[in-house]
Amino acid sequence: MRFTKDHEWVVLEGDVATVGITSYAAEQLGDVVFVETPEVGKTVAAGEALAVVESVKAASDVYAPLSGEVVEANTALGDKPETVNEAAESDGWFAKLKVANPADYEGLMDRAAYDEFLKTL
Amino acid sequence: MSETSLKTTPLTQAHLARGARMTPFAGYSMPVQYADGVLKEHLWTREHAGAFDVSHMGPAFITLAGKSGDPDADHKAVAALVEPLVCGDIRGLKRGQLRYTLLLNDEGGILDDLMIGRPTEDEAQGGLYVVVNAGTKESDFARIEQGLGARAKLTRADDRGLIAVQGPKAADAVTRLFPQAATLGFMTFAHAELDGHACVVARCGYTGEDGFEVLVPRGFAEVVWNRLMADEQVRPIGLGARDSLRLEAGLPLYGHDLDDTVSPVEGNLSFAISKRRRKAADFPGAARIERELTEGPARLRVGLKVLEGAPAREGAEIAGDDGQVVGKVTSGGYAPSLSGSIAMGFVPPLLSEPGTRLKVIVRGKAQACEVVAMPFVPHRYVRLA
Repeated sequence: MRFTKDHEWVVLEGDVATVGITSYAAEQLGDVVFVETPEVGKTVAAGEALAVVESVKAASDVYAPLSGEVVEANTALGDKPETVNEAAESDGWFAKLKVANPADYEGLMDRAAYDEFLKTL
Repeated sequence: MSETSLKTTPLTQAHLARGARMTPFAGYSMPVQYADGVLKEHLWTREHAGAFDVSHMGPAFITLAGKSGDPDADHKAVAALVEPLVCGDIRGLKRGQLRYTLLLNDEGGILDDLMIGRPTEDEAQGGLYVVVNAGTKESDFARIEQGLGARAKLTRADDRGLIAVQGPKAADAVTRLFPQAATLGFMTFAHAELDGHACVVARCGYTGEDGFEVLVPRGFAEVVWNRLMADEQVRPIGLGARDSLRLEAGLPLYGHDLDDTVSPVEGNLSFAISKRRRKAADFPGAARIERELTEGPARLRVGLKVLEGAPAREGAEIAGDDGQVVGKVTSGGYAPSLSGSIAMGFVPPLLSEPGTRLKVIVRGKAQACEVVAMPFVPHRYVRLA
């Protein structure tokens, strides 16, 4: 698993990346009441908005950690947005991307680096 | 605004001790939520009782200079100084009564919504209790002082603690501290003592629930707060849930649903224009307001139920069936007590009837919504006979 400074996580299997938000991000957001997942086929560049997650208080963008094309979206979050709070780094994934440059994955933070980053916040 | 320049309230340390997440609001560092989070805090308030630090707001006392000693004449005199600023009937307030009213500019735009109360005691006549919003209190107080001139004095009380206790168990909790709270009906208030400290207990609030707002001396605020916290029916509630509660109650938030361009009629607050005052047309912007009352306003604040898609938040456009933009959402979000999304916004009166189907535009997508009557969640105020 790799991480971004915007608190997304990504797991790469072959050239398909599963993307979600970290437990830290879910905790900061509070109770998630709505999730907007992307359309399959949408292409996104790294750093672009991929999905939207909303708490009672506010809407926040979820950014694509890697460039690629959406091949699957976790539409189950539509009925059960609370999954993002309950299992942020597993069942609460947002989308799967067929990534353009799998090598970019290694450029993201690993768990130890992300944990260090959290300490600076 | 930098964190260091934020003002604190007498309860700031108590919030930090309870794990509150603090946020800048109206120049103050305020708790947006505690450990429970917005959703649970909201639902707890509707089912039990929530305590809110609202010390950032603007309580104040107005006192007539050179009282005659005739209580009714003194009330009439102080009311006559305040009435030119607002559209409500201040003269007609009964002793101990509080009224929601609107501070207006010369164009009939709303400068703030506020509470004005008439004290109970003979010797306190010629005085008024006022509570204005946090974000506008400096300009409100300046305008009120200007209106009073030398004939009355405004004494700010916004250095004290102001604690709102709201919810079906609020009366139990507050009565335990202030027994006379049990004798107050909704929109009445009284001076009360606790451990020798002079306090003001008002039965009012902004959640749609029964509840109280208690003004306490600065150094005593934490004691009162902690006594409330010791009641297992009472939990601390942050600004996040305060906002979702007032939204469900259909109550406008100044600076969002109301501003100095919105008239009382447009703001769907015509109930706050007193009959006597309307007849006399003796308040700022009376001509515009009379015209709007007879001919209808250009826009009207309505409630919207979002029928599909994402919550529609402040700034989202409202469109007709043909896609034409007809208005804007002024506040909106997820309503925990309804498990759905609701909003308030302005639309032309022709589109303001409950049942009217409209669209809200969220991130470029047109989502179905419907005009519904407010409050979204029924008020549960306790009015004593």
